[in-house]
Amino acid sequence: MTAVYEPCYEPWDETRGAEIIAEHARQEGATLVILHALQEAFGYIPEAAIPMVAQALNLSRAEVHGVFTFYHDFRHKPAGRHVLKLCRAEACQAAGGDALAARAEAKLGVSLGNTTADDRVTLEPIYCLGLCATAPSAMLDGRLVGRLDEKRLDALVAEAQR
Amino acid sequence: MKMKIFVPRDAAAVAVGADEVATAFEQIAQKRGLPIEIVRTGSRGLCWLEPMVEVATPEGRVAYGPVSTEDVASVFESMASNGPHPLRLGVADELPWLKRQTRLTFARCGVIDPRSLDDYRAHGGYKGLERALSLGSDAILAEVTASGLRGRGGAGFPTGIKWKTVAQTKADRKFIVCNADEGDSGTFADRMIMEGDPFLVIEGMTTAAITVGATKGYIYIRSEYPHAIEAMKAAIIAAERGGYLGSKIGGSTYSFDLEVRVGAGAYVCGEETSLLESLEGRRGLVRAKPPLPAHHGLFGKPTVINNVLSFAAIPFILSEGARAYADFGMGRSRGTMPIQLAGNIRQGGLFETAFGVTLGELVDDIGGGTFTGRPVRAVQVGGPLGAYFPRALFDTPFDYEAFAARDGLIGHGGIVVFDDSVDMRKQARFAMEFCAVESCGKCTPCRIGSTRGVETIEKIIRGERVSENLALVEDLCNTMKFGSLCALGGFTPYPVLSALKHFREDFVPAPTTLQAAE
Repeated sequence: MTAVYEPCYEPWDETRGAEIIAEHARQEGATLVILHALQEAFGYIPEAAIPMVAQALNLSRAEVHGVFTFYHDFRHKPAGRHVLKLCRAEACQAAGGDALAARAEAKLGVSLGNTTADDRVTLEPIYCLGLCATAPSAMLDGRLVGRLDEKRLDALVAEAQR
Repeated sequence: MKMKIFVPRDAAAVAVGADEVATAFEQIAQKRGLPIEIVRTGSRGLCWLEPMVEVATPEGRVAYGPVSTEDVASVFESMASNGPHPLRLGVADELPWLKRQTRLTFARCGVIDPRSLDDYRAHGGYKGLERALSLGSDAILAEVTASGLRGRGGAGFPTGIKWKTVAQTKADRKFIVCNADEGDSGTFADRMIMEGDPFLVIEGMTTAAITVGATKGYIYIRSEYPHAIEAMKAAIIAAERGGYLGSKIGGSTYSFDLEVRVGAGAYVCGEETSLLESLEGRRGLVRAKPPLPAHHGLFGKPTVINNVLSFAAIPFILSEGARAYADFGMGRSRGTMPIQLAGNIRQGGLFETAFGVTLGELVDDIGGGTFTGRPVRAVQVGGPLGAYFPRALFDTPFDYEAFAARDGLIGHGGIVVFDDSVDMRKQARFAMEFCAVESCGKCTPCRIGSTRGVETIEKIIRGERVSENLALVEDLCNTMKFGSLCALGGFTPYPVLSALKHFREDFVPAPTTLQAAE
């Protein structure tokens, strides 16, 4: 039952990109919908896709670039093989999240917001997973983990490094 | 007889192993050759007991929790023999934590199968809409207004007035938008209801649509909530198939289409005008008001934009009548509020109760204090933009006006508890830092003020000209409070100023006693 997400992305391909854009372009206010779809397929938003989105939606490149850069979710380059997100908001802070974040940083040798040198793990902060009564919480490639403690965190880090 | 076991699929339960527990039950049942039926429900909201599983018995559903995969075998035996077990909690409906609540909005959450339209209808679902269809627009507006329902997103604006404005505005198209961008730390009620009773949200939105004459609706859900997104999408498809969305809703002449849109990690998009910009495919820049979204909202058309919990309160109001809802509460805060107890708390979860319960009751009595066992020192109420309250203010009743009178806000009903190890300088700094990162950048007090705020609080932490810098922070907070376009810049001063006011000792070093010269 456990959803184990092994992220698997296609390499950037212009024809495939154009297909994805065309699939969603007729929706009202489609920019975010398209950017989400592109990132779901390729793992990030390739620079080359921006003018294509602009043209499809009759917007300027600057406008699409503006949307792309406004939202934290959209990636400029592929993430590591696994993405470990640690909730850094107040409820998790109250439950010992600060120390756990520092521990994860030390174990992985990167600070929050960065990817390990071997491209295996991207460690990111997230501002609230809505698991505030089972804090602190984390998400590894889409799988949620609550009541995080040192043991559980270490297991998650080890799993991400595999 | 087939044993019926209920295991939550709520994200908070899944995060502590509910999926694995469900699988383990299937395996043991197979091994024992006993047929079982597993129903995946929402969460009852007793989060410290998750995964909390239940079994149907002639006495009612008996709960066990927190159940880990290692416990499944023995819990299964206890269920099969109706025998004792250390994790056996008794009949779920009789649990004191649930019995003390007044569950109007969350009545079905954790009880029914959120994927089943039939289950929803069997538990009173769509009764509100049926009555709404027979009442017509004016009478629905009268009911919603009389219920006293105020926007549950935090602003507390009367829902009836908002709907009436949209109903009276003439336009070729109107929209219903549900704000499910629940970004406040310490809040999870929107997520829970979307995952545990998604048809309720759809019913509330549909009622709004027929009232104001809208034909299209959007639910804007934050990307951090993949389970809620999935649940709402599945429910929309089921409602369409069941004739409750699309054309001729419930056999009427009304049409209403609903679509889920996913946010992209911007906290400010929880602000309604920023959300509308985002839905239109733009940067989430806050719009100046007026014009109000009710006149000039999504794509420039009249739009009802309400929080998930506001829409979710509607079906009860329509099915049971405005009076039944308004009978609960105090002062101008009518009805119930789903309160979320979070952070360092022993018994955290969702507690729906009438307005008027005091902060102290919620934290000490219902929440049972901290899980670290240390004394409660501060509680932040209302998310990252809410004030920190000390124990001295624990007599404050949960009520929009009472909190405002004490320079706080109830916001979306989240309460985050901190023990005595908290450093309030850090929390004040975090409030400013969060605002700096999440500011949409449109107005100067928020964009620049928050960055200057971080710098100044850091100076205080380093002990540089503390009293001057404290005065500066207070002054800056006033500028942000009165000069910002929206609640992000405007309310960030709440946590900062409350930390300064109630926890002054953290900011000002204790007076050093002069050492006698040797």
